[in-house]
Amino acid sequence: MSDTQHTQEHWHRRVLENKGGLFAVLSVAAIAVGSMVELVPMFTVDYAPEEVVGIHPYTPLEVAGRDIYVREGCYLCHSQWVRPFRSETLRYGTWSRAEEYVYDRPFQLGSRRIGPDLHRVGGKYNNAWHYEHMRNPRSTSPGSIMPNYPWLYEWSYDPADVAASVNTLATLGHPYADDVLADIPGAIRAQADDVVADLKASNIEVEPDKEIVAVIAYLQRLGLDGRAKVAAAEGGAK
Amino acid sequence: MSPDTSNGAHETYDDDIVRLFFGATVLWAVVGMLVGVIIALQLAFWPANMDVPYLTFGRLRPLHTNAVIFAFAGNAVFTGIYYSMQRLMKVRTHDLLSRIHFWGWQGIIVSAALTLPFGFTQSREYAELIWPIDIAIAVVWVVFAINFFYTIAYRKVQHLYVAIWFYMSFVLTVAVLHIVNALALPATLTRSFPLYSGMTDALVQWWYGHNAVAFFLTTPFLGLMYYFLPKAAERPVFSYRLSIIHFWALVFLYIWAGPHHLLYSGLPDWVQTVGSIFSIMLIAPSWGGMLNGLLTLRGAWDRLRTDPIIKFLVVGVSFYGMSTFEGPMMSVRSVNALSHFTNWVVGHVHSGALGWNGMISFGMLYWLAPRLWGKVHNESWVSLHFWMATIGIVLYVVSMWAGGLTEGLMWRAINADGLLAYPNFVDIVQRLAPFYWTRFFGGTLFLLGALLMAFNFILTIRDARAAGASAPVAAK
Repeated sequence: MSDTQHTQEHWHRRVLENKGGLFAVLSVAAIAVGSMVELVPMFTVDYAPEEVVGIHPYTPLEVAGRDIYVREGCYLCHSQWVRPFRSETLRYGTWSRAEEYVYDRPFQLGSRRIGPDLHRVGGKYNNAWHYEHMRNPRSTSPGSIMPNYPWLYEWSYDPADVAASVNTLATLGHPYADDVLADIPGAIRAQADDVVADLKASNIEVEPDKEIVAVIAYLQRLGLDGRAKVAAAEGGAK
Repeated sequence: MSPDTSNGAHETYDDDIVRLFFGATVLWAVVGMLVGVIIALQLAFWPANMDVPYLTFGRLRPLHTNAVIFAFAGNAVFTGIYYSMQRLMKVRTHDLLSRIHFWGWQGIIVSAALTLPFGFTQSREYAELIWPIDIAIAVVWVVFAINFFYTIAYRKVQHLYVAIWFYMSFVLTVAVLHIVNALALPATLTRSFPLYSGMTDALVQWWYGHNAVAFFLTTPFLGLMYYFLPKAAERPVFSYRLSIIHFWALVFLYIWAGPHHLLYSGLPDWVQTVGSIFSIMLIAPSWGGMLNGLLTLRGAWDRLRTDPIIKFLVVGVSFYGMSTFEGPMMSVRSVNALSHFTNWVVGHVHSGALGWNGMISFGMLYWLAPRLWGKVHNESWVSLHFWMATIGIVLYVVSMWAGGLTEGLMWRAINADGLLAYPNFVDIVQRLAPFYWTRFFGGTLFLLGALLMAFNFILTIRDARAAGASAPVAAK
C-alpha cells in the first residue's frame, strides 16, 4: 500500500482520531441528539389543570406511607403499572393512564413483578387485610414469598419528617390546600384516626402514629383517582 | 502539574494505582456477588429475609446492583483504564488525582453500603444513592475526568487508539446521565424529590438506566476488549475501519433506547416506538464490536484450548453478542409484552453482567496479575475458575429464561370461558421455586469461582513479597 493511499484511507485520523478535544465534543454531540429528541418534548408537557381534574396529590399521611414504601424497596417486587392487555385488566383493573402519575415523585412504576401489580390495589381489600398481610403475608396469601414486616408495627413515623416531604412536594408544585400546609401534623392525625377507628371495628388495636397506619393509607389510595375518572368517563359503567 | 519525567525517555508508569484498583475490583466482586447470592436465596426461601429490616430483599437488592455495577465493574474498568491509558498515551497519569479518584470512589461505595440497607434510597434503579452521595459521585467523577483529559492533553502519541474513544465516551456520557437524572430538591439530609414527576420522571430514569448499561457496562468494557484482547491474543485488532463505524453508530444509537423499558405504559406512543426501533438497530453496532473482537483471534484460535485468559475473553465477547441479540429482541413490542416484568429480564441482565462484564474483567485481571506482581500462584485454578463461572452463568441464565417464560405465560393465560386460567397470583409464584433454586446454585458457583480467584491473587501477592521482587514495570 503506497503512502498516498494510506493518507487517503485515514483522512478521518487527521481530523478526528488525532484530535482529543474535537473527538470529545463530537462524542457528546452524538449522545445529545437522541437525548434531546426524546426528553425535551416530555419536559414541555403541560399537565393543564383540566387534564388532571380528579387526580389529587397524596395526603400527608399517604406521603408518609409512600416514603416508607420507597424505603422498604417495595417497587423492586411490585409494579404500579397495569398494561392495556385483557389478561392484566382482568387481574388488576383498568389500565394505567399517564396523568394518574402526575403527583408521583419519584415514580414507582417498577420493573419486575415478583409479586402482583399494585396500581389498582386501593379499595381491593379492607384495612384489616392489609394489617394482617404486612405482618405475615402468608396469613392472608398462603404460599406467598414476601418478607414479614414486623417493624412497621413498632416504629413510628415522625410528623415533622413527613411535613418536610409534603412541603418539598408543595414547592415542586403539588397543589395542597393552604389549611393542610398550615397544619400538616393535624391532617396526618385526622386521617390516621380514621384508619385506626376502622381497624378497631375489626378488633385490631393500633396506635395512630405507627408506620403500618401510614402504609395502609397509602396502599388504599393507589389507583383510586384514576379508576374514578375512568368510571365517570364511561358513565359509571365500572 | 506536568509529570516529572516528561522530558526523558524513561517515562515510568503509575502501576501502584492499577494495583489499588485491582485489589478493590476483587474485593467488591466477592461482596457484590455474595449479596446477590443472599437475595437469590431470599426468593427461593423467604425465611432468609430473617425478619430483620436491614436484610430484606427490598433493602439488599439495590446494594447488590450498586456493588456489582459501580464497585466491581466500575473498579475493573478503572483498573484497565489506568493500566492501558498510560501505555497508550506514553505518559504517566497524575498521581494525586488518581489517589483522590481511588479513595473517593471507594468512599462512595462504602457510603452506599452504609445507607442502602437502612432504607436511604431514591428508588431510581441503579441511581438509588441519596443526594449527598450523588454530589460526591459528581465531584469524584470530575476529578477522574480531569485526570483522563490531562493525560490525553500531555500524550506523546498523536493517534488516539480505539480503546481511548470508548473510555472517552464513558467518561463524558456517564457525567451527563448522572447529573440530569439526579436533579432533585432535598427535603431532608437523606431524602429528596426529583424535579420530574410521573411519566417524565420514568422516562428520565430509564434514559439514565439503559444508558448506564450502555456507557458504564458496555463502552468502557469494549475499550478493555480493544486493549486486552489483542494483547492476550498477540494479534492486531481485526479491522480499524469497523471499529470506527461501530463506535460512532453505537454511541449515537444507544442513547435513544431507554423507552423500551416503558413499552405499553403511559409514555407517548411515538417515544415508545422510537425507543423500540433504535433498540433493534443496535444489533448492528453491537455485533460489529463482537465480530471485531472475535476476528482479532484469527490465526490464534488454537489458544482457546490452552490459554485460560483467552477462554475468559472469548466467552465474555460471546456473551456480549448473545445479550445484544436478546436485548433488541426483547424491545420488540410483542416480545416485550411477554418478557417484561418477568425473570427473563433478570436472566438477560445477568448474561450481560456475569457473562460480558464478569468474564472480561476476570480475563483482564488474570492477564494483569503477572505483570503487576509476578507469576500467578496456581495456573490450574484459573482454568477451574473459568469452568465454575461458565457453568454458573449457564445455570443462572437458563433457569431465568425458563422461569420468565413460565410466569409470563401463566400471567396471560386465558381459559375457555375468557377468564384468567391462574387467577391466584401466588399459584404462579410457587411454580417458580425450582427456577429460583437453580439460579441460586448457579450464582453460588459463580461466587465460589470469584472466591477462588481472590484466594489465588492473595497467594500471588504473597509469593511476590516472599520473593522480595518489586513489581516489574512492563513498558508497552
